[in-house]
Amino acid sequence: MRVELHDVTVQGIIAGISLHAENEVVGIIGPNGSGKSTTLRCVYRALQPDAGAVLLDGTNVHKRQDVARDLAALTQESQVEFDFTVTEVVEMGRLPHDRDPARDSAVVAAALATVDVTHLASRSFLSLSGGERQRVLIARAIAQEPRVLVLDEPTNHLDIRHQLDVLRLTRGLGVTVLTVLHDLNLAASCCDRLHVLDSGRLVASGPPEEVLVPELIAEVFHVTAHVVRHPTTGVPQLLFDQEVTP
Amino acid sequence: MIAKISALVGVLAVSVVAGVALGPVSVPFDVTLELLWAALTGGTIPADLAGQYHIVWDIRLPRVLLAAVVGAGLSTVGVAVQAMVRNALADPYVLGISSGASVGATAVATLGILSGLGVYALSTAAFVTALAATALVYVTSRTSRGLTPLRLVLTGTALAHGFSAVAMLLVFQAPRGDAARSAIFWLLGSLGGARWASLPVAAAVTALGIGYLATKARQLNALAMGDETATTLGVPVQRFRTHLFVVTAAMTAVLVAVSGAVGFVGLMLPHLTRMVVGADHRKVLPLAPLAGAAFLVWVDVAARLLAAPEELPLGVITAAIGVPCFVILMRRRSYVFGGR
Repeated sequence: MRVELHDVTVQGIIAGISLHAENEVVGIIGPNGSGKSTTLRCVYRALQPDAGAVLLDGTNVHKRQDVARDLAALTQESQVEFDFTVTEVVEMGRLPHDRDPARDSAVVAAALATVDVTHLASRSFLSLSGGERQRVLIARAIAQEPRVLVLDEPTNHLDIRHQLDVLRLTRGLGVTVLTVLHDLNLAASCCDRLHVLDSGRLVASGPPEEVLVPELIAEVFHVTAHVVRHPTTGVPQLLFDQEVTP
Repeated sequence: MIAKISALVGVLAVSVVAGVALGPVSVPFDVTLELLWAALTGGTIPADLAGQYHIVWDIRLPRVLLAAVVGAGLSTVGVAVQAMVRNALADPYVLGISSGASVGATAVATLGILSGLGVYALSTAAFVTALAATALVYVTSRTSRGLTPLRLVLTGTALAHGFSAVAMLLVFQAPRGDAARSAIFWLLGSLGGARWASLPVAAAVTALGIGYLATKARQLNALAMGDETATTLGVPVQRFRTHLFVVTAAMTAVLVAVSGAVGFVGLMLPHLTRMVVGADHRKVLPLAPLAGAAFLVWVDVAARLLAAPEELPLGVITAAIGVPCFVILMRRRSYVFGGR
């Protein structure tokens, strides 16, 4: 499924963001406060842009009632107070779909297995560690059977093994993935294309090896970076100097 | 689930019969059943039971049924409001509706307005001022992004203080001591005024409200996880919260009008239910009203019996029974509403 952003503008935060993703993993990177999460919030409809539009296969997401059947999101929202079990949380992913108890429980069981949390199924969601919670929320997104997956910092709270697991897993789903990532090296190794945001504007777009160059890193993140090639995959990886560039 | 629901239905049925049998003049259980059966089937009763029939049918049964309706309604509204504003401390009164009702009720009790309506003056005035308070809370807390949880709670709490102040002023200024006493009695909740005529509206509104909420259990789950999450799961959050506000406000206004501001039921029964079955609204919503109904039937029995022939306000007893129960359950089980 194709996601397109056309000149998406939110007053005072992002201006004229245009990008697209279709059956690939597209990453959005940028410093704190550059508008990454705001951009995603426009995609998953938590925010209506002041100008511009977000299209799913050509249809504006704000004009469709059943977007949740095609698009799932992992948000940064985390102040849950209700003591749901892990299974109950993942079952929420079935809400957008017509009820079919047998199929629903099969999908939920499969989603739990996919992110390796089947053993937590009857545990209280609130009793889990940050990393376990994050995996459960990803299971919920998977249970939604989306064709577009929007992820805001999916690797937050995860140890390195689970970071790699989650990113490999989302690639393996074969759906369009639009993700915000903080870790540039992770972004370089798992995204087909990257978009760089700075102060609410798109400043660079392209494959990781074209985007992650020292000049751009210095300009956007104000740090000095050296690019090396990963010895086995050949993917560009960054090493940083301690000093901050002005 | 079916077993739990059936068990609670059984408990409620026994509670209703017991509630009718027990009182300052107690009627033996078998006689109570016989009289209820006769009344329901149109059978005849011996002449010497006429007095007991009057107590059972005209006085106690409507009162016990009203207790069940009010308990069921407040408990369900509590569940919905806690999810609507995502706050463990929320109850049906957090939105200021009951305080609004208290202005009308105390005005009737102390100033004698609407005396033309006779025994219905108090309920009518309470209902009208409850609706006015609801409208005020709605208009004040509404933003361009609809109703947001924190604004609802803050607005409701602030306005509730204002309404309470007016009610208290009325009580304080009351020319007659008994007027002040009856106003305070109302503020703490009482079913002493229950009649068959008070039942249909309260029962219908409560049943409709519970029915609506029961169909929205999955949406309430999503809303409990957060507005953004609910949005991504396809819940139209703004519209849904407005509907919830209207439904819970209407239920609260009707219930408060017939019973006064019975405290604690709407706060505690939702938590008690969650301690037993967890937070999933698909399980909580069928059970909370049954538990609330049975609970308030017994509370009302206690209100009639403990200081007979005087009656105690319901709010005093809900607190006396509820607080210890709640504390014991909370300590025994690993209940984590509100985070760890």
